[in-house]
Amino acid sequence: MIRDLTWLDFAYLVYAARWTVALTALAFVGGGLLGLLIALLRLAPFAPARWLALGYIQMIQGTPLLAQLFVFYFGFPIFGYQVTPWIAATAAFSIYASAFLAEIWRGCMQAIARTQWEASAALGLSFLEQLHHIIMPQAIRIAIPPTVGFLVQLVKNTSLAAVIGFIELTREAQITTAATFRPFTVYGIAALLYFCICFPLSELSQRLERRLRVAR
Amino acid sequence: MDAAGGRGAGMIYRFNFRDVFANFDLLLEGLVLTLQLSALTMAFGLAIGISGALARSSGPAPLRWGARAYVEAIRNTPLLVQIFLIYFGLPGLGLKLDSTTAAVVALTINLGAYATEIIRAGVEAIPRSQVEAGLSLGLSRLQVFRYIILFPALRIIYPALASQFILLMLATSVVSQIAAQELFHMAGFIQSRTFRDFEVYLVVAGIYLVTALAFRLIFSGIYYVVFGRR
Repeated sequence: MIRDLTWLDFAYLVYAARWTVALTALAFVGGGLLGLLIALLRLAPFAPARWLALGYIQMIQGTPLLAQLFVFYFGFPIFGYQVTPWIAATAAFSIYASAFLAEIWRGCMQAIARTQWEASAALGLSFLEQLHHIIMPQAIRIAIPPTVGFLVQLVKNTSLAAVIGFIELTREAQITTAATFRPFTVYGIAALLYFCICFPLSELSQRLERRLRVAR
Repeated sequence: MDAAGGRGAGMIYRFNFRDVFANFDLLLEGLVLTLQLSALTMAFGLAIGISGALARSSGPAPLRWGARAYVEAIRNTPLLVQIFLIYFGLPGLGLKLDSTTAAVVALTINLGAYATEIIRAGVEAIPRSQVEAGLSLGLSRLQVFRYIILFPALRIIYPALASQFILLMLATSVVSQIAAQELFHMAGFIQSRTFRDFEVYLVVAGIYLVTALAFRLIFSGIYYVVFGRR
């Protein structure tokens, strides 16, 4: 049965956008924690730890997110865990985000002048103390704009979760299209809703970056 | 199910890559299309990126706004939705594309926006005095862009552009969703025939990884050839 596209469908799409935001938030928290750990490993004064972190990042950044999603979705049941799309998607997106955030944050920490590291080492601070008291407070400031920028990527990429049946904005649009057969309008609305989420974030990221440049 | 693959709860899963490698020719076939899609998209995307950067940096006002709107619209919406709009949406407006063409069109439009923004950053990094020097020599704005700005700008943003190209190559996997028969689509096909889903996607992820590393090597080679001598 093909039915008409109504305002109710629009409401459902807006409603589904909540799950896009929720998945982004979960992945950002998970990816942030893991990413921080990887970033620290990348800088650790212990070579095998650095190689391990680099290998991890290369592996995640060198494979398509879609493949990661499928490996998690089909991989969990193999080890005896039946997972919902929620868990598979959260895990896959957290891993994906961690690799990118780790590289962004490592860059920010390395952007802090070498003399700062050396001065804090000369004061007798350990690696973690140097990070905590000297490097981090400075690095966080320059890390905020690119992190917000990556958040935009994350929001957009959650659309791929539709492929494993996770009901978010894109999946809802597919379902609505199947019922109403109005693909141009429905996907157009979906694109517009994504734009409404992403554009303010993009602008914010750029404004923060500009302010930082002026402050220097 | 249990007897065939040992998939029951509590049983130890026996990995079976044989069925996947028996269909390796299909994967290679898919890889060829993936590479073709990537190469075509990179060429078109670079062309759009250069024209877009020209429009945004030294075009007349309406062109500048147009380019800005294009970049913002594409960069703030997901590739998957763009692909669906072009493949499923455009036929409603009387433009029907087959899946491979729709894939190239969608990927090109997508990459073009990112390339525009990246190249524009390079253009803006060129000192103003060089542009003024060119203008005072009597060159037109277009000539200044072509002979003074473009080459050093591309050199500055080359690493960012190369990363974007590699991300694009990985993103071609998304066009499997409109059944363009590239690598990821072939993976789904093999999965449906062998039910070896985990193994298939592991192997395919490996192929993408090798391809990404190969691209990185090729891009550093290109940098050396194009910008290296000086």
